[in-house]
Amino acid sequence: MTHEQAKTLIGERFGGAQVESASAEATAGKGMTLTITVPANDWRAFASFAKNELGCRFFSFSSAVDWKEQGLEVVAKVDNVDTGLSILMKTKLGPGVSECQSLVPVFRGADWMERECYDMFGIRFDGHPDLRRILLGDDWVGHPLLKSYAVDTPHPPYR
Amino acid sequence: MEIKPPVPIIPAPIWRNIKDLQEWEQLHQKRPEGDKHSAAFESITEGIHSFPGGFLVTAPADAFLNWARKSSVWPVTFGLACCAIEMMATFASRFDVERLGMVPWASPRHSDLMVVSGTVTIKMAPMLERIYAQMPDPKWAVSMGSCANSGGPFRHGYHVVKGVDRVIPVDVYVPGCPPPPESLLNGLLLLQDQIAQFRRTGKRPAPNPKVD
Repeated sequence: MTHEQAKTLIGERFGGAQVESASAEATAGKGMTLTITVPANDWRAFASFAKNELGCRFFSFSSAVDWKEQGLEVVAKVDNVDTGLSILMKTKLGPGVSECQSLVPVFRGADWMERECYDMFGIRFDGHPDLRRILLGDDWVGHPLLKSYAVDTPHPPYR
Repeated sequence: MEIKPPVPIIPAPIWRNIKDLQEWEQLHQKRPEGDKHSAAFESITEGIHSFPGGFLVTAPADAFLNWARKSSVWPVTFGLACCAIEMMATFASRFDVERLGMVPWASPRHSDLMVVSGTVTIKMAPMLERIYAQMPDPKWAVSMGSCANSGGPFRHGYHVVKGVDRVIPVDVYVPGCPPPPESLLNGLLLLQDQIAQFRRTGKRPAPNPKVD
């Protein structure tokens, strides 16, 4: 599965996906990364497509970005370890939205990543089997990696 | 032409205006005065001390008890972060603290000293407080490294207690990130000095100003 083949397949299957074309140097050898922005509705469908048809069976990581007024963006990276194809998949949830489809039915490894994502950004993953905080205490108020979270938020009795 | 000596301009102590330090002064816990002995023991000692010539008894008794205490300070085995590596090096054979009478002990119920070695997170602080509460009196605490002193590089993070002295009273602060074993040893020696100066009765002398 080369870069161009993957691009063609994605273009056929997901018309709404934006493919950011990498430079020629980056696509020449192995270790190329395709950056693809899909609509939020296609998030899980695209993940299973990448797993089953593009052969990206290795779930590398999942995280999120807070773009303030533009809302949250969920990022995940999946790899095809046989051919060296990496896909960085992104989706914009839109302003004020914090619901996203979960990738756990496709990749089991997404479980704790999405729990951390919920912990830090407050994104509620639809279809996640066990969505609770993973790093912070259960009594924590707020989601600290959001830009709207004040780092000086008092946390009695210790600060 | 008259030559005047330069007028020294003494800057105002701006550190008094720094909000963080004021906050620290306000929030940090001081070591409570005296040990928490039983009231009967305290009153008997006070009685002997206030008797004419009674200090001849209490002073040597204090000196003996302080000597015994400072010669067998057992630190509880409690490591939090990377400072714990340096603490382990201090406890191990090269910087052997057993020659100071310190035996790292794996039970807080048998220990006298807690070396808070590393970052105290808000999630960890209740456990730290609990371990400190489990140690029998008299007990001491050494805050080791920048993180335990003030929060260090993580001070402006969202999850760190800004100094362990907001959780437990601290006797000696060891600076460094992390402090090398020599620094921690110096801190432990200062702590022993402090214990040797301890007076239950009468007025406590000024602590030793020795640094480094």
